[in-house]
Amino acid sequence: MSKKVKALALPYGLWMIAFTLAPMALMAIYAMRSSQGQAWTFKNFANFFSPLYMKVLWESVYIAIITTAISLAIGYPAAYFISVLPRKQRDIFLVLSILPMWMNFLLRTYSWMNILGRNGLINKMLSAIGIGPVSILYTRGAVYLGMLYNFLPFMIYPIYAVLIKISPSYLEAAKDLGASSWSAFWKITMPLSMPGVITGISMVFMPAVSTFVIPELLEGGHTMYIGNLIQHQFLQKGDWNFGSAISMILMAFVLLSMMVLNKFDTSGSKEDALW
Amino acid sequence: MVKRLEKAYIYALLFFLYAPIGVLIVYSFNQNKTNRVWGGFSLRWYIALFNNRDIMSALYYTLLCAVLATIISTIIGTFTAIAVDSLDGLMRVVYVNLNYIPVINTDIVTGISMMLAFAFAKIKFGFATMLIAHISFCIPYVILSVLPKLKQMDPNMVEAALDLGATPWQAFYKIVLPDISVGITTGALLAFTLSIDDFVISFFNTGSGVTNLSIYVYSAAKKGISPEINALSTIMILVVTALLAIINKRALSNNSKRGEK
Repeated sequence: MSKKVKALALPYGLWMIAFTLAPMALMAIYAMRSSQGQAWTFKNFANFFSPLYMKVLWESVYIAIITTAISLAIGYPAAYFISVLPRKQRDIFLVLSILPMWMNFLLRTYSWMNILGRNGLINKMLSAIGIGPVSILYTRGAVYLGMLYNFLPFMIYPIYAVLIKISPSYLEAAKDLGASSWSAFWKITMPLSMPGVITGISMVFMPAVSTFVIPELLEGGHTMYIGNLIQHQFLQKGDWNFGSAISMILMAFVLLSMMVLNKFDTSGSKEDALW
Repeated sequence: MVKRLEKAYIYALLFFLYAPIGVLIVYSFNQNKTNRVWGGFSLRWYIALFNNRDIMSALYYTLLCAVLATIISTIIGTFTAIAVDSLDGLMRVVYVNLNYIPVINTDIVTGISMMLAFAFAKIKFGFATMLIAHISFCIPYVILSVLPKLKQMDPNMVEAALDLGATPWQAFYKIVLPDISVGITTGALLAFTLSIDDFVISFFNTGSGVTNLSIYVYSAAKKGISPEINALSTIMILVVTALLAIINKRALSNNSKRGEK
């Protein structure tokens, strides 16, 4: 019986070998092959560490950090305010804040192009009161807005999920012992919600650092980010070797930042977790 | 007073989240072709939508891929989770960690590595490659949704069923399945959402005229999208809202039933 049950893991094991492990291995091989000839080389990796590409990496990390910080600053209070509502309202507001995610991500981003554009809604309102037109679309600000819009629910939900599990008796105890609600929040709610904050940060940072669609649509693609660079290497330049090397570097970078981030996660249960 | 500020904050946030959707809905009823000028109420884009072959084909592939990927990944994921739950030691660690790879990898790395593999194996890019890619990134989420439910299960229940003469299949069907059904539903919903919303992985793994909605919008957005897409967005958001309302209503009535016990 038990053996038969264990055997059920086999198909997915084979699937992972074919469609997860083999592709990753292939990518590593491509990354270590010269684009001219068949020699093994680290040149593709070395090439990336030039001022030009370092700037691309830095720009990506920079916009990802800013996006994550804004998402946290806006998302934490939102998650907290929803979590303290009466149960019925809480459920409704939570569903309402996640519902937009069910609409296609490209469509949502495209809609912002309509709002932010030179003839868009905002400029029309501004011109009605005699200002403008101002350029919003095709600026860095539009990228932040688009990323915030798309990734904010990823920040709200994990924080909310942790907040509603914090037992109210902790707060009652703190208040009985004379803590103000403000210090009870800082000393109890805040530290206990850290696992949610960390999940939220990684869920926003990861897609933000590797995005190429949002900058392309909302910034007009005039700044190169690492996602755009990878796409460019594969689809325009056809340099699969260099493209693979950049992908490997991005992967290593994301893994490394997640490892660092998880160091801050003080919650127990590490079973079945990666680190 | 404080309560009011909190509510105001949430409403402001919801306004931010819904404004772009509202704009699409309003423009879908616009008589004019450009999204810039309001030319009066009209349903012409809804009629045009159903005559637009490109959009209809993109919608067809998006839904077909999402439905197939959800069904297949839910089945594979559920059985794998049950198997992994019975594993221990090194094999369990290996499975659980390998399963995390597509979750923690960024979309672009997952998408490109699969593209390399398909190209290397000389498999023709098209619907099949896109579907395989979707199944691959959906299964881990199904497993991650089902595994915790299996852990919460009382292991004696299955043994008791077997002792009482149930076949393994009956034990699975009557004991395990009802207990983990919440996890399976969550996993399936996640899989469907991820699949229908995916752009990056589909973008690198499709070919020969197979386009999903995301890819269609991506390539059209730069040139200026025809207003039919506004009509489609409106229909989609209405369908999703209706579905969620039904699911919620069912969940609420289930909850109240449980409460009565």
